[in-house]
Amino acid sequence: MITQLKNGKLYDPTNGKDGVIQDIYIRGGRIIDKPNSTEKISHSIDLSGKVVMAGAIDMHSHIGGGKINIARMMLPEFQESRRYSEPEAHICNPNCSHHATPSTTETGFRYIEMGYTAAFEPAMMPINARQAHLEMADTPMIDKGGYAMLGNDDYFLRLLAAGKDQKAINDYVAWTLHATQAIGIKVVNAGGISAFKFNQRKLDLDEAHSYYQVSARDILKSLSRAVYDLGIAKPLHVHCNNLGAAGNFETTLKTIEAADGLPMHLTHIQFHSYGTEGDRKFSSAAAEIAQAINQHKNISADVGQILFGQTVTASADSMMQQINAKHANPKKSVIMDIECDAGCGVVPFKYRDQNFVNALQWAIGLEIFLSVNDPWRIFLTTDHPNGAPFTSYPHLIRLLMDKSFRNEAFAKLNLDAQAMSNLKSLAREYSLYEIAIMTRAGPAKLIGMHDRGHLGVGAGADIAVYNEQADREVMFSKPAYVFKDGEMVVKAGKVVKVTWGATYTAKPEFDIGVEQDLKQYFDRYHTMQLANFKIDATEISQDGRGRIIVSKQHPIRS
Amino acid sequence: MFGVDCDLNAAVIAAAKILNDSNQPLFAGLGTEVQGMRSVMALAEKVGATLDHMHSESTVRNTLAMQNSGWQTTTLTEVKNRADLIVAIGTNIVTSHPRFFEKLVWNVDTLFNKATPEVIFLAATGNTSAGISPDGHAPTIVTAETADLPAIMSALNALAHNKTLDAHEIAGVSLTALKAVLAKIKAAKYAVIVWSVGCLEITHAELTVQSITQLIATLNENTRVTGLPLNSGDGDSSINNASAWLSGYPTRTRFNVHQRGGEFSYDTYHYSTQQQLNNCDGLLWISTFNAYAPPSSLAPTIVIGHPDMQFTQAPDVFIPVSIPGLNQAGTMFRMDSSVALPLKSLRKQVLPTLSDVLRQIETLLA
Repeated sequence: MITQLKNGKLYDPTNGKDGVIQDIYIRGGRIIDKPNSTEKISHSIDLSGKVVMAGAIDMHSHIGGGKINIARMMLPEFQESRRYSEPEAHICNPNCSHHATPSTTETGFRYIEMGYTAAFEPAMMPINARQAHLEMADTPMIDKGGYAMLGNDDYFLRLLAAGKDQKAINDYVAWTLHATQAIGIKVVNAGGISAFKFNQRKLDLDEAHSYYQVSARDILKSLSRAVYDLGIAKPLHVHCNNLGAAGNFETTLKTIEAADGLPMHLTHIQFHSYGTEGDRKFSSAAAEIAQAINQHKNISADVGQILFGQTVTASADSMMQQINAKHANPKKSVIMDIECDAGCGVVPFKYRDQNFVNALQWAIGLEIFLSVNDPWRIFLTTDHPNGAPFTSYPHLIRLLMDKSFRNEAFAKLNLDAQAMSNLKSLAREYSLYEIAIMTRAGPAKLIGMHDRGHLGVGAGADIAVYNEQADREVMFSKPAYVFKDGEMVVKAGKVVKVTWGATYTAKPEFDIGVEQDLKQYFDRYHTMQLANFKIDATEISQDGRGRIIVSKQHPIRS
Repeated sequence: MFGVDCDLNAAVIAAAKILNDSNQPLFAGLGTEVQGMRSVMALAEKVGATLDHMHSESTVRNTLAMQNSGWQTTTLTEVKNRADLIVAIGTNIVTSHPRFFEKLVWNVDTLFNKATPEVIFLAATGNTSAGISPDGHAPTIVTAETADLPAIMSALNALAHNKTLDAHEIAGVSLTALKAVLAKIKAAKYAVIVWSVGCLEITHAELTVQSITQLIATLNENTRVTGLPLNSGDGDSSINNASAWLSGYPTRTRFNVHQRGGEFSYDTYHYSTQQQLNNCDGLLWISTFNAYAPPSSLAPTIVIGHPDMQFTQAPDVFIPVSIPGLNQAGTMFRMDSSVALPLKSLRKQVLPTLSDVLRQIETLLA
């Protein structure tokens, strides 16, 4: 059975296609060459006047695991907001209330309805990974995967403090990827979550952890080396130290230097680009950060744009969330220490355009988007739900593509914040081709999903078709069609067929001998057995809906 | 079929008829694990059921406190390796979680060379011997009734804010003793306040939970103090978690079939088993871990659960099912809600699983 998509205008950066009118043929869930004349086309759809892109990939979105579920439990009032805000993606004013804590079903539906066909949970705590996979298994429509968090777990810090060699670290990192069914490794506030448990309240890049006597720099160097040595496609995912603190851009710049040429991805970089200038000692350091990214080709970043409205911040960074809890709105928060592994902090936030800091945060995010030159190394995220719910992506795309729309929004901000931003002087408007890079081709390349994010022959047929419209927010909120693995699943912005995606993982080779010591460690100090910590692939596939894809990685480099 | 042995198929047909005929069914008990809860939720969406767990009278106390002002908590491995002071609220954790002290307090192996923890029982009403350390160190015992906890916790909160109290004693406890408790918490490197919420059988216990969590939050400004809320079992953590991600709400929900194409609503008061028993016209009671029988009800009743269940009032349908972790695999959240564990099937499975039965019922619904 062959499906033909006729006369669409393709934006496919992986294959260098910038608005080329071309037909696409699909068979068995994949894009195929033009069939010869003897083969029967069973179904043909005319896409004249429509924009065709690969399905979008959200490379950083908190869609599974304990933190978001805690947010759901703490904030039942958020569920009510569904009633007021539909269609969510169109409304984005100071009073808007996107739904920050959707159920798993709603998560899958809202993503696919915007043309997103994959999303990655970026903060999977190894000890809590089973829950993350349970939630992702109940998320329909999209593919998913998770980055396992290391760098605050006692076992790793102990290896590092004892001066174990890189091979020992690499084996532990690889073992963790297998045991947690993850595709990448993340570090959150390197050492800081652990240090908070020892009552340290702040940890700079070169400050020693009071117990292990290792620094954040040591942790980042060790883990970025491990990820590189093991040939993992996804660079180490780094949530820098000092999130949200005025003046933290210096930590971020030093972190870029600490990468020492190895691949490193700095996540939600907007939250790490703050200076201390001005009367309020809070300023934009977007220019410095963007310049550093432009200069360091080994560095990539996603923005973590904030948009105004009610949301909730859910982070593993218990150290910084303990501080942020003072600004909670509504006034409540959950801060947890978890299993000598990591922690979490769930703090509701309401970003307001008349608030100086919030308004400047909004501007800083956009300044970074517009000042980083290479769209292959900057990614469109709101750090869902921390900066805003993912349903606001179409609005964010319009802000990037439409200068006058952006400047009108800017003119409504807190005046002191306006005075502190150079946003109006940034004339850049993203093209559809660049949007396709930062939301499709770029994330697929970064994560190592070789057959996704593009429309070439052999690619999985995850395809989003949009009606070309001047209002890019309207355009990207409601695709004409979305195809998942070749099946039409969305028509006119509504789900017409429910499907269940796959879970992407990385499984590098390693020395299984690492388990001997780990088993003893679990038996002596933990409250669960090693065998129960490990997640078997059948746990994800057993209900007949989910399946594991082991993504091909680079060769081992060590 | 009443009182008659029959095959599974006949029982499933009878159960489906009860649900088909019911306008407002109540699914209660819910003693199951994650996979079972997934099937429960799917069925609830078909028939528009109200959902409540058998222990949520106590779970809700914690949830309400957390929804009102949040909390700061910890988990078992942290307690085991880090706690140098355990403040037990009441003495009932010894009965609700008999191995708590042995496994998490008197453990010899620890990661950070901490001292053997000191133990304080606050509002002790029963046996405190579990708090005697292996080397014979006795716990600090503050004797008071559970009903006095609101006063005691309020006094501790006031003292933590450096307020002067115009009293020598609070609920029979000397101010000196309370100040000593506070001093110990402040001096500890990692103090853990633990409560077993099922044992807080007092009016508006959620407010007492909240005063515990507020004390923790206040002291955490300068030192590390954290809470460990202990749940009541029978899958309450699993049900609460699965419900939250599937519906957006923790337990005590209802699926409203007719609202906006169907959606869940949440009400910790009206959707309680106690309230709904008077209003429902069909009861599905589930208890797979323990042979707990359903509460008395005038509504037609289906029971799916532990094969040893005994009834004083025979239900209309009883379907015995396998026990998760014994003769059926599954997934279970631990009491601290942060770790999910695989349950293995240890014995041959002879009975159907809860999910098998619910799916069969679902296919027969009109």
